[in-house]
Amino acid sequence: MEYILIIISAVLVNNVVLAQFLGICPFLGVSNKISTSIGMGLAVIFVMALANLVTYLVQNYVLVPLHIEFMQTITFIFVIAFLVQVVEIILKKMAPPLYQALGIYLPLITTNCAVLGIALLAVQKDYNLIMSVVYAASIAVGFTLALILMAGIREQLSLTDTPKGMQGFPLSLITAGLLSLAFMGFSGIVK
Amino acid sequence: MANLKYFTNGLLKENPTFVLVLGTCPTLAVTTAATNGIGMGAATTFVLVCSNLIISLLKNLIPDKVRIAAFIVVIATFVTIVDLVMKAYTPDLYKALGIFIPLIVVNCIILGRAEAFAQKNRVWHSVLDGLGMGIGFTLAITLLASIREILGNGSIFNFRLMSENASTILIFILPPGAFVTYGLLIAIVNKLKAKLSF
Amino acid sequence: MAKKLESTLKNMVLSLTLISMVMSAALTFVYLKTKGPIEDAARQKEINAIKMVSPDFDNDPLPDARLVDGVTIYPVKKQNEPAGFAVKTFSEKGFSGHIELMAGFNADGTINAITVLQHKETPGLGTKMAEPKFLNQFFGKDPENFALKVKKDGGQVDAITAATISSRAFCDALQRAHNALGSVSDSSEILP
Repeated sequence: MEYILIIISAVLVNNVVLAQFLGICPFLGVSNKISTSIGMGLAVIFVMALANLVTYLVQNYVLVPLHIEFMQTITFIFVIAFLVQVVEIILKKMAPPLYQALGIYLPLITTNCAVLGIALLAVQKDYNLIMSVVYAASIAVGFTLALILMAGIREQLSLTDTPKGMQGFPLSLITAGLLSLAFMGFSGIVK
Repeated sequence: MANLKYFTNGLLKENPTFVLVLGTCPTLAVTTAATNGIGMGAATTFVLVCSNLIISLLKNLIPDKVRIAAFIVVIATFVTIVDLVMKAYTPDLYKALGIFIPLIVVNCIILGRAEAFAQKNRVWHSVLDGLGMGIGFTLAITLLASIREILGNGSIFNFRLMSENASTILIFILPPGAFVTYGLLIAIVNKLKAKLSF
Repeated sequence: MAKKLESTLKNMVLSLTLISMVMSAALTFVYLKTKGPIEDAARQKEINAIKMVSPDFDNDPLPDARLVDGVTIYPVKKQNEPAGFAVKTFSEKGFSGHIELMAGFNADGTINAITVLQHKETPGLGTKMAEPKFLNQFFGKDPENFALKVKKDGGQVDAITAATISSRAFCDALQRAHNALGSVSDSSEILP
């Protein structure tokens, strides 16, 4: 039951992009087409779950025993950057088709603040290992959902005649605002 | 006076928030109150100036292939310093900004300036660039935060403009208000830019 | 101007190690410098919250704190006579989850004052729980004969308009504080 709550809350109620404002850069940058958003989404789900697994271990078996919790930010960002590199190399060797599909999104993920943000939040929330990974994966699913919805809307919007000053970022941001308003309807379903 | 352009560049022409549209996460997340805008801006400016300074000083000692890693170490160090200092001396502001303090590490403005400016330019110019960008960012998010606080909460810098019971446009301090206000502000800047062509 | 270092393996390892070491040293220095003030700030915050809600006191309540079912009880004394309690309590039933209150009780069990420490309720609706208009109705009441439930649920509490869930959570937290206090005074460990 606890897991179901975590999942629903992470995907819908506290949607990472629309309610917590993490990972806005890729959300605005890669949401032009539905196909690219799916690719980016899958890569993020994979990396985020893995990142939370590893940062959990680092936090509890390295930082806490050594009493250097204040090094958390610096260690986590390195772990994440390192992980992304490793995943890239392994995918290239072991699964070339998958690499073809996801490869170009991987380097972009290091600068996705959602990955670091969620790793830090999971520590703050005192989740255990499995909860932390489930949490990260469902947050990433929420990210993918927002990305795909946004891409669907933007594909339609690109055909419309928009005033010049509103083209680009302003229009995307206002669309995101309306999406966020819609997602507010989910608040309160998890208590 | 020739140096002044490094400073003013970040204020208007390449304003990180309204023109480059970088660092959007803190811009949207912490701008529920004007004080938060100032606090976040000051923290980011500090990190930006210090990391630009150090990276510019060390530019010849950092081999090209590991430069990003080296930049991240420098930036993360200053972010942690800000984190600790704010926790110690401004606990309330620290709590309000929360997770977005450590996340200054991945604020694209900082790594972007290190990569695009500090590693190629003189120390003094890099400091000015960092200061300009930082202040440009601070002014922009404080403006955004003020608009949201006035409309959504009827106050500015915690000073009440309307009576306690007056109804305000709540939506502006909720997440959707962040997106819409920011979008409209960029649109206004675009319009002004086209008119004044600066 | 000096020439940029070549990207040889030796240079890369050397440069990164050097930078990391210098930066870690700087960080450790700042950590040691701020460690004391950070603890003081957290302590001061707790004391300020206790002062805000408790009846007049002159002891240091922190060392006497007791933990009962996740609720922290701080006994406060005036000239070594028990004056009442400050209770740090919580509820998970808020509209957006966790809320935390500090509630002050007089020695006779009535509520002295309450302050909201932490919540994530909807701005403009649930947030009104921190305003005097809602809080004042509890002051001076004894939970023994003042039902800590909103009127809709058959209690005596005026709920915040359009924020019944937040009001219920508030009552839940307060009831929890009262219960914790009851279980302690029954064993009469800290009461006179």
